[in-house]
Amino acid sequence: MRRRGAGLGAIKNKNLAQAKYKNKGAEIAENDFEQMSKQLEAFKSNLEEFARNHKDDIRKNPEFRSQFQEMCASIGVDPLASGKGFWSEMLGVGDFYYELGVQIIEVCMATNHRNGGLMTLDDLRETLIRSSGRSRQDVSSDDLLRAIKKLKVLGNGFSVIPMGPGRYMVQSVPGELSMDHTTVIQQAEKTGFVTMKMLKENLKWEDERSHMALDYLLKEGQAWVDNQDKSGMTLYWLPGLFSDTNAAT
Amino acid sequence: MDRFSWSDGHLATHEVFVTQQSGVKLYDGEDKTNFNNGTIVLSSHNLMWRDHVDQKCVISLSLAQVVFLEESSSGLGRSAKIIVHLSAPPSTKVPGPVSSSQNNYIRLSFTDGGQVEFFRCFTEELARRRWEHTPTLQPLTAGRAQSGTQPRRAGIVGIERKIQQKHETTDKNISVAFEDLSKLMVKAKEMVSLSKTIANKITDKQGAISEDETVKFKSYLLSMGIPDPVTRETHGTGDGYYRELAKQLSHNLEQQLKDCGGMMTLSDVYCRTNRARGMELLSPEDLINACNLLEELKLPIRFRVFDSGVMVLHLLSHSEAEVINQTTQFVEENTKLTAEELAQLVGVSVVLAKERLLSSEKAGKLCRDETVEALRFYPNLFLTKT
Repeated sequence: MRRRGAGLGAIKNKNLAQAKYKNKGAEIAENDFEQMSKQLEAFKSNLEEFARNHKDDIRKNPEFRSQFQEMCASIGVDPLASGKGFWSEMLGVGDFYYELGVQIIEVCMATNHRNGGLMTLDDLRETLIRSSGRSRQDVSSDDLLRAIKKLKVLGNGFSVIPMGPGRYMVQSVPGELSMDHTTVIQQAEKTGFVTMKMLKENLKWEDERSHMALDYLLKEGQAWVDNQDKSGMTLYWLPGLFSDTNAAT
Repeated sequence: MDRFSWSDGHLATHEVFVTQQSGVKLYDGEDKTNFNNGTIVLSSHNLMWRDHVDQKCVISLSLAQVVFLEESSSGLGRSAKIIVHLSAPPSTKVPGPVSSSQNNYIRLSFTDGGQVEFFRCFTEELARRRWEHTPTLQPLTAGRAQSGTQPRRAGIVGIERKIQQKHETTDKNISVAFEDLSKLMVKAKEMVSLSKTIANKITDKQGAISEDETVKFKSYLLSMGIPDPVTRETHGTGDGYYRELAKQLSHNLEQQLKDCGGMMTLSDVYCRTNRARGMELLSPEDLINACNLLEELKLPIRFRVFDSGVMVLHLLSHSEAEVINQTTQFVEENTKLTAEELAQLVGVSVVLAKERLLSSEKAGKLCRDETVEALRFYPNLFLTKT
């Protein structure tokens, strides 16, 4: 027969063992902390070397930037969290995105009166490049999306509405767009306008539903009414979808 | 599996790096292979696999041989996989790690995740078929060099060649940069996992690590950009940087706030502050953290979040009651007002004017008339005319 540890003695033994484990755990915790300080130092010097060699790449090459960001995201690090972090101080990634953020806000504010705070990402990029004199390949859409994502914490003023693969609208005024509103904008994407008839035919929407969605967009200044079309129908234009380049021609 | 060949791991001149993912196992059909822990690299021309331990062990597969892809999602005890179906091997193939295989497909098993992104990139890259467009310039120049032309580079060809060379060197630099980046990230990953264990320990037993160490630990996290899992909600525990920032903000913005009606949206603040700094810009998060400290430090400006989610900084003197009174007065004087009209009268932005009207409405001082044309506010006669 095998002897089982039972009774008072066994419990005592168990308690003792547990206390010992606990002590050991605390010891390890302390070690961990020390190790972290050491590793941090090592990491800092690694980063310094990396910065010496590739700082320019980060600033100049959008592909490299997006790769960098993705890798950071995959390990759970946010290099843009603070301007005081290693990443920003040594690599200057922060300044790049924060400045982009400032420029995005400025462009959105400047065009706000015309498009009701709604514009396509491509249009934003064009305008931004033109006004700031950056070279074309310098800023990718990915950069813009990341910068906008950061701006989101400044109140709900900035959001990105996905329109389809690779296409986005940027909303720079507070106010949530519902699914219906977004769908209306999507419908208008090709032509620049929608009509009640289009919504009825393409989406099988009741007139009431279309009215609700369109009225909201009108009120927010994101859609404009055109009663002068030859067909006699009311067209609802979305100025946010006109790019400046198209408007000029 | 027999379609693979050994590779030096460098990208060719016109090859473009697309994406990569670590922690990938290769399967030859259903069978396991020796290539069980490495990084998969996708370029415009090739699919490469690099061993984690032996960095020189690199095998590559031409994208031209890929027929189509299949996704197989992860399950219990099973990692997500991408199944790559391949065409028959070309007769001219250089010998690779596996000389023959019966399977016409391989499987990539993603133990560390990332398969969704990789699958997307992979499909896109297959659709673009970039490996087919190798520029014709290169064989041309190579041919000339062989036929013994003068080393002097003149004329358009010379210029072209120079540009070509420049591209080559930048491409090389970039691939070196990517390699360095991967190494750096491995280090960073270690840090993150270590910080997580420490964080867990801190939450488990608050006493075991001293206050001093916790503060130090937090500053580490801040420098690394690791979201602080321990004390995300408690602001202002000895964060010197943010305190200093809050003071600066208050000092710089007080006058500006007075000039523009006593209130400013946070995005406006962000633009102004960063434009004024020029260098060492603030991140949006820095700004929020500093704003959260304004009240605690008893500074003359305050941070406020409206119901609509709009965040503003306002002067302390510019209290809510004060604003509501003022707004109501404006509306009474003009019998009715829209946000745009009020914005012009007071000289603030439309967003802020709207917030003023809404909070006055909430206080019961105003009534709304909502039409397609505009949202108008009238004095609340229910209060005054009984």
